[in-house]
Amino acid sequence: MINPTWIIAKKELASYFDSLVAYIMLILFLGLTGFFTWLFGMDVFIRKQADLSAFFSIAQIALLIFIPAITMKMIAEEKKTGTIELLLTKAVTDRQVVWGKFLACLMLVIIALLFTLPYYISISMLGEIDHGAALCGYLGLILLSAAFIGIGLLASSITNNQIVAFLLALFGSLVMWWIFDLIASTSTGVVGDLFSTLSLRSHYESLARGVIDSKDVIYFLSVAGLGVLLTEIVISKR
Amino acid sequence: MDIQIENLTKSYGAQKAVDNISFEVKTGEILGFLGPNGAGKTTTMKMITNYIQSDEGSIMIGGKTPDQVSIKSHIGYLPEHNPLYTEMPMLDYLIFCAELQGVAKSSIRERVEKMVRVCGLDEEKHKYIRELSKGYKQRVGLAQALIHDPEILILDEPTTGLDPNQIAEIRDLIKHIGKEKTVILSTHILPEVENTCDRILIINRGKIVADGTASTLRKQAQGNAVLHVKIDGADTQSVYDKLKMIPSVSMVDVLDGNLNAFEIQSKEGLKSNKDVFHLCVAQSWVLTEMIPFETKLEDIFRELTLN
Repeated sequence: MINPTWIIAKKELASYFDSLVAYIMLILFLGLTGFFTWLFGMDVFIRKQADLSAFFSIAQIALLIFIPAITMKMIAEEKKTGTIELLLTKAVTDRQVVWGKFLACLMLVIIALLFTLPYYISISMLGEIDHGAALCGYLGLILLSAAFIGIGLLASSITNNQIVAFLLALFGSLVMWWIFDLIASTSTGVVGDLFSTLSLRSHYESLARGVIDSKDVIYFLSVAGLGVLLTEIVISKR
Repeated sequence: MDIQIENLTKSYGAQKAVDNISFEVKTGEILGFLGPNGAGKTTTMKMITNYIQSDEGSIMIGGKTPDQVSIKSHIGYLPEHNPLYTEMPMLDYLIFCAELQGVAKSSIRERVEKMVRVCGLDEEKHKYIRELSKGYKQRVGLAQALIHDPEILILDEPTTGLDPNQIAEIRDLIKHIGKEKTVILSTHILPEVENTCDRILIINRGKIVADGTASTLRKQAQGNAVLHVKIDGADTQSVYDKLKMIPSVSMVDVLDGNLNAFEIQSKEGLKSNKDVFHLCVAQSWVLTEMIPFETKLEDIFRELTLN
């Protein structure tokens, strides 16, 4: 017998590719990150440095926008069409359903990131690249995505309107990623420390420097886990 | 597997959707769940399938509570309005349901093929669900409920939106399947329960108001047999007077004076058709019509739920 979490993840991932959502997302993601990595702004040629920092900074923003778009339908649509009743009365637990959906989103993000490996290979041909930092940057993007997905699923579970779910997820992620960082940089003392600890961006940046600190990893995983846990609680109230 | 329900209660706010109901369904029994809209049928079914939790009372399925995954895999459920993943190809959807219900990988193909055959989906099997007509969607809903050969079937209005031929097909299917399973089905269509179900449970405002076979319900509802007769050979008044004098007749109504049509109600527990016939023979009247009227299930339903 196959694990129900995996069955759900497989089905959700297949439905992204079936409905063209996945292709549109991949094209937009690669187009956006490619544009800012190679052609515009602080791109590789202006910085004259063989590193992926141009890619990593635009990738964060791209994920911030795209992840709410892939999580928005996850539970909201099932609630609207009533299929959630069908799904939850099958031989599965609420937890398996939520993790299955989480896994599907994460797999789609990882597929998108795999398509950016040619950037990495090209840049490593242009000069001496710090492989450790690049790897940490990718790990950071995956962890950051996990946190965004957690927030996105929670947003999707509290409404049955996909647009509302998208906006809530975007707002929640933006607050956690950027606003907290902003508050941290303008405050001092306890408040500054607190918001610096809560900011997804500051944790990402410390990872992208090439240092894997368990504090950062645990923080991302906690945000993701808390999002999934709260989602499970929301759908169990019915 | 038997289903035992004891003192089940569920409230939405101040309103009690299901109010302290208890009943039992045995293996091989098809239970028809009847009641007006909002009576609590769907709520009860949702509790049995563990989609919602009860406030009070207990549900035991084969001696276990329905929140256990091991019990959920024995239940096939067709929810109200038949929700489906319309963006999925139908076969993929059935495979997905089979996998989720824990059907062994080696037998998934076989089960899906069987369901496609049994539910008459063969011609449409390569379509997306969104492309199917309502009747076919309903069959897909039934196929997903049956895919893992469950011991318990909970069907919430399985025949809504189907044409009469399809209704007959689905009814036969349920009857056939129901021989070795425990089936609960809800419906508004009264002849359907009468034909399909072994037992009928009528529920109104969250309470059980009747429980039994169609014939016992009839007896309970009203014992008096009713006859419609037409008699030729005499004027209305004299026929009326003579009919009234029959000892087994309690009431006579003139339905149509020109045609000499009467409605005769017998006394409780008695039948008056023989007496009416003998009366006509003795008076040399011609009995042109005699129709016995049974109390219809509709009448029982109305009587029990309109108050």
